[in-house]
This record gives sequence, structure tokens and C-alpha cells, in this order.
Amino acid sequence: MAEDPMISLENVSKIFPGAAQPAVTDLSLEVGRGEFVTLVGPSGCGKTTTLKMINRIIEPTSGRISIDGRDAMAAPAHELRRSIGYVIQQVGLFPHRTIAQNVGTVPSLLGWEQDRIEARVAELVEIVGLDPVMLSRYPSELSGGQQQRVGVARALAADPPVLLMDEPFGAVDPIVRKRLQDEFRDLQQRLGKTVVFVTHDVDEAIFLGNRMAILNIGGILEQFDAPETILAEPANEFVESFLGGERGLKRLGLLPVTGAAVERGPFVDVTEDPDQAKRVMEDHDVDWLGLLDQGRLLGWVDGSLVDRIPLSELEPRPFLVTLNSDSTLRSALDAVVTGHARVAVVVDDGAYLGMLDLEAIAEEITE
Amino acid sequence: MTLAQQTVPLFDWGWVGRNLDTIWDRTLEHLSLTGAALLVGMAISVALAALSLWRPSTYQPIAGAAGIIYTIPSLAVFALIAPFVGIGTATGRFIIAQVALIGYTLLILIRNIVTGIRSVPPETREAALGMGYRDRERLVRIEFPLALPVIIAGLRIATVTVVGLVTVTSLLGLGGLGFFILDGLRRSVIFPTEIIVGVILSVALAAVLDLSLLVLGRALTPWVRRGAAR
Amino acid sequence: MSGFLSEVAEWFSEPGRWTGADGIFPRTLEHLWLATLPMIIAVAVALPAAVWLAHKRRAEFAANAIVNVGRAVPSFGLLILAGVFFARAGVDLRFWPAVVALVALAIPPIFTNAYTAIVTVPPATVEAARGLGYKEDEVLWGIEVPVGAPVILAGIRISWIQVLATVPLAAVLSSGGGLGQYVVRGFAQGPGARAEIFAGALLIALLTLGADRLYSVAERAVLPAGVSRLASEDVKAVASAS
Repeated sequence: MAEDPMISLENVSKIFPGAAQPAVTDLSLEVGRGEFVTLVGPSGCGKTTTLKMINRIIEPTSGRISIDGRDAMAAPAHELRRSIGYVIQQVGLFPHRTIAQNVGTVPSLLGWEQDRIEARVAELVEIVGLDPVMLSRYPSELSGGQQQRVGVARALAADPPVLLMDEPFGAVDPIVRKRLQDEFRDLQQRLGKTVVFVTHDVDEAIFLGNRMAILNIGGILEQFDAPETILAEPANEFVESFLGGERGLKRLGLLPVTGAAVERGPFVDVTEDPDQAKRVMEDHDVDWLGLLDQGRLLGWVDGSLVDRIPLSELEPRPFLVTLNSDSTLRSALDAVVTGHARVAVVVDDGAYLGMLDLEAIAEEITE
Repeated sequence: MTLAQQTVPLFDWGWVGRNLDTIWDRTLEHLSLTGAALLVGMAISVALAALSLWRPSTYQPIAGAAGIIYTIPSLAVFALIAPFVGIGTATGRFIIAQVALIGYTLLILIRNIVTGIRSVPPETREAALGMGYRDRERLVRIEFPLALPVIIAGLRIATVTVVGLVTVTSLLGLGGLGFFILDGLRRSVIFPTEIIVGVILSVALAAVLDLSLLVLGRALTPWVRRGAAR
Repeated sequence: MSGFLSEVAEWFSEPGRWTGADGIFPRTLEHLWLATLPMIIAVAVALPAAVWLAHKRRAEFAANAIVNVGRAVPSFGLLILAGVFFARAGVDLRFWPAVVALVALAIPPIFTNAYTAIVTVPPATVEAARGLGYKEDEVLWGIEVPVGAPVILAGIRISWIQVLATVPLAAVLSSGGGLGQYVVRGFAQGPGARAEIFAGALLIALLTLGADRLYSVAERAVLPAGVSRLASEDVKAVASAS
């Protein structure tokens, strides 16, 4: 770690009284500032215990935990927790308080003036994507997804540098979960918070984290690296089987389409001379031609039609597979397979960026 | 009533020895008063609970009325009925006592029967329907057994409470073990032994009945504990 | 029938019946005082203890058992026993035995309900409170108690009804017992006093039902918003289905 880490766990262990085995064994881990680290592993791997030791909901049996350079054990627990955001799966909203009061909990505890709290609450509600009308409602009136958003807002209220999250999106249905994941990922990037995120869902971890910590039963750290790296080179059999099947495809899911060997392809502007156009087709060894109008994609035409007629008089057909510039290689592959096509075009809001075919994707895999 | 003299012992075992048969008689009286009240109370409660389950709109008024009887002190209930039935005859006294005791059990029993049946999971009900049980069969063979734990819990509460209330019927001349409580007080010199015997035995009686019902309940619902043990 | 009713009406309209030394007003006040004071003491003693023990998750068995034990002890017997002990001590029997017995009577439902209330607060809510930075006592009084308020208040109501029902019995001990004195005295006198017996019972019934209603209203005012109130029939027997 070049600069000093935001969170540092040194030889941390936890044995619960009466337990045969330790829940967490001699774990050492560092989380950099602004990093999004996910803790994943099977049941019993101590990921939740580890998370809860950072804000001392569970006290470590041995080892040292520092946050922002300070020993976590130095200050009284409740003071430490007021500087750390905490989001849990069932949210735990206070049913006897309004949403506004729930969100403003930590600022109140810290003694902010009422105006400042209100302003902050209003700001947060927008950040997490909640309708301000909800502020005067009670938790029982909100849906699961809405409650989860309130939970995140409440954790962010005092603007803590660190966020601890324990399977926060586990209790909502898959569609809402996907949306929350997308939004939260963007949010974290915008706000630059250091996040430690526990999940049992390896795909969620792959999607969200800068780095993934894979834990084995008893809190043994098996691998701690960027998801692409782990997917490409799992450290051992345990990690491999934990990653699940279709590891290759999962890795493709992390690679953006624009990074791959996207090529120009047989595409010309409609004003191009037909003979020149024919030469382009020959160069690419294809029997079709892609048409552009000042950079905007129009479609394609059958090569045999390109002769003496000006290109602008031809009626281009749409491509079977069109991808956005922020798509991943995995969705490109999926689209090409589903669409029974051989090529996919990449477009950014109508503007043509390039073309991908199966060979190009395959090359990326072997890269 | 005069103040007790310091010379009267707190507990006189001799008295106990001399009056064993009276104690036994009063215990039986206590048991019969309790038993009668619970039997009739249970019968009425089952009927009213069935009505509430069949016609849900009747639950509120039924529970409301039972609640009113529950809230009014038993002494007052005796006194409200007494002038009409007359405390002169043994039958009259018995009826007054029973009406109050039975009335007291209604709220707890009705509430617990209804709650117990309602808390049977809807999936279970549906499965029973799907298998071909008719409504009444389902109620008796599936829902009632499943509701037993809650019903028995209510029955235990009602039993213990009635045992306590029976002591108050001593004011009517009955009282079971409550007779000793009042008698010990009403003597020209207060006699604590009787009072203590009365209180301790009625607590013991309540405990025995409570335990018996607990054991009976467990015997009738073997699935409850086995599931929890796993 | 009409003869009886006119007897009762006569009893009510006797001079001095309402405001005299043995009158309805002073006896009503005595009745209310004998009910309210023990409640205040019982709540002050049982509530903090129960709530604190529940928060620490200690004494679970005792906490649940106490209400069952309390139920088994006949209130009448307890009252008389208290009377005996205080009589031997030479203390005025109009007040102390009743208060002591009633406090003992009121404590179990308050205790068990308060304990259950705290123990059944959703763990996520408590954990969230800790995680956000509440100190332990703030978690207990700011979060657990308000969330558990419906069950706590239901327990207090059960005790309130029980205490109100036992106050009249104190009349057996002495000249106290609030409105119960009319009934007990009447029973002692025999069939001739049937008007007094009935009138006393009527007054007791009205007072008790009114006091219960009053509690309902107060409960609604005290309950924190957003926390649902238990339906009134459920209230009567919430104190643990063992």
C-alpha cells in the first residue's frame, strides 16, 4: 500500500466463548482509502464477524485493528461507531421515528444544529434516490427497497469516511437488488467512500468490488485481489470452486467492450464512391458493407447491391446486434450467440465506434 | 375485630393435625368450584369462539362483553347478582359464585381459542382443503390440534386465576380453602395459622393443576417439542 | 323488581350518602388512591429492573416464571396475610396491608411484560442502534423501550385491572377498601342490606370500567407514533403464554 491504508487488520482473531473453533483466525488485511473491498466466502467463514470487529459490534479476541491510523480500541466504542457508516441486511430502521429522524440519527448524536441536520437529510434523500415525500413517513409505510435506501442514507448522514455493509441487498427481490447494486456502485465512485462489503453472493462481489477478499471457514484469507485477477488466476482449489462455474464468462463480464480489439470494419460514409466502397469490402474479405452518415450508423447493405448506384440511394438494413459503449464483453458474447450473428456493432448514442466479431472476443479471452 | 395478641403463635401445627378432615373437605370444595367453573366456562367459550370464527364480525362484541365481565372485580359481580338470586340458600350462593367465576374465564378462553385457530398457517389449511377435508372435519382434526398449545396456555391461566378467585367466594359462605382465610381473620383473636394454611394450600392447588395441564398439553402435542429439539 | 330498584334509588339518595364521612366521594377517592399508589410504586420498582435485565439478557427463566407464580397466589389471601402481619406490628390496617399486598400483586405482570417487550425488539433494530453509535443506556431507553412500549403498557394495564379488582377486598380487613366497604358490610349484614350490596357493586363496576377506559386514553397519548397499539382484547392476556 503506497499511502497508509484506511482500515488495517493485523493478526485479528475471534473465538466465541464455548466454540470449538475460532470464527476468525489470525486475519491480516488492509483496505486502502476510497477502495471498495468485498468480503466473500461460504457460511462460517467469518466474513460478518470480521466486519463487525471493525466497528466493535463484536470485540476481537486478539490482534489489532486500526482505522485511519488510529487504534480502534483507543476511543470508546460508541464514539468510534459515530464515525463509521453501518448498514445491515434487515436495515433496522427505528419504527417509532420518521424517516427524516432515522436518517438524522448520527448528526443528532453528534450535536449538529437542527437546520444543518435538515439540510443534510434533504441532500441525502436525493443522493440515495428517495422521494422527499417519504421523509415524514414511518418505516412501516415503506417498501423493502425503499427501506434499504433509507438505511444507506442513514449510514452516510454524518459523512463518515468508511462504510461497513453486511449483505445490505440480500433481503430484497432480484430486480430491486440489481438496481440497488448499480446505483450504489455509482454512488461509491462519486463519493469516494471506503467501503467494506460482506456478501455470500460471489457475483455481487465480482460486480461491486475493486478488490475481493475470499475467506475460508474459520476466517482464513485465501485470496485478496482484484476480481479480474482472481477469476483469471484463482489461488487454489477452494477459490476455484467458490468462484463457481463459468469463471471465464464471469471474467468477460468485467471487461468493457471498448477495451477489446474493436476494429473499424467495412464501414464507409454514404458519400463514398461505389468503386472505393467495393475495394473496402475486398480488403476486409466480406460480402457486405456498413453505411455511416457523418459518423452515425445507418445499417448495412448486401455487397452485390454496391455497383453503379450511389450509396445514398441504397436502403440499409439494421444490424442484428447493437451494443452500447458501456457493455461488457460478456454481454457482447451473449448478444452474438442469441442473435445468431457473427458481428456486433458498438455504438455510443448513435455514433459508430466499431465492430466486434467472435474472433475478436476470443482474442481478448486469450490475452 | 381486635388486634392480634403477640401470644398467638404464627403457625400452630397442632391445629393442622386436629383439622385434617376439614382441610380435606374444603380442598374438595375448592376443586369442585374450580372444576365446575372451568368446565362450563370452556363449553361456553368454545361455543362463542366457534361463532366468532364462523362470523368474524361477532368477535369484537363478544370479546368486548367478556372483557367487561373480566374487568369488573369478582366481588362486585357477586354483589350485582346476589340480590336477584338470594344468598340465603346454598344453591343461590353456588350459582352466584359460579356465574362470576365462569364469566371471568370467558375472555381468556375465547381469546386464546380464536387466536389459536387463527394462527394455524394458511398453507396448512389449504393443504387440508386440497386433500379433501370438509370444513368441519378440518376444524376438528387439523386446526384444533394445531391450536392446542395456545388453547392450553389460556386454560392454564384461567385455571390458576379461578383457583385464586374461589377464595373470594368465602365472602358468600363458600370459599373452599378461602374459608380458612376468612375464618382465621374473623375470629375474635386473629388466628394466622388458618390464614397461612388457606393461602399456601390454594397456591399449591393452583400449582398442581397448572403442572397437570402442562403435562397434559405436552402429551397431546408431541410434535411441538420434537421439532424444537432438532 | 321495582321494589328492589326503588330501594337502591333510596339508598343513593340518602342524605350524606355522597359527601359524608362514609360517603361515595371520599370512598371513591380512597379507592383510587389505594389503586394508584401501589401502581406507581410497582412500576417504579419493576419496570427499570425488568428492562435492564432484559437488555442484558439475564434472568430469563425467572422473568418468565414470575408472572406464573404471581398468578397462583390468590390476591385475597395475600391481602389478608399482609393484614395479619401488619396487625401484629400494630400498624393501621386501613392503608399499609392493602398497599403492600397490591404492590406485590402488581409487580409480576409489569415485570414479565416489560421483560418480554425488550427481549422481542427486532435484533436488527438494536444492532443498527449500536452500530450508529448509541451508548448502551441510550439503546435501551431511546430505542428498545419505545419500540417495546405497546407490550410494556399492556402489562401495566393488566396490573391496573388486577389492582382495581383487589382494592374492594381490603374492606374485609378494616373500614377501608374504598367502595368495597359497602359490599363487604352488606354481605355481613345479610339479605336486608341488598340495596347497599347492589349499589356498592354498581359503583365499583362503574369506577373500574371507567379507570380502565382512562388508561386506554392515556396509553394512546403516551405511545410513540409509528408503533402500533395492541388490540384491547389481546391486552388482557398478553402476559406470556407459557
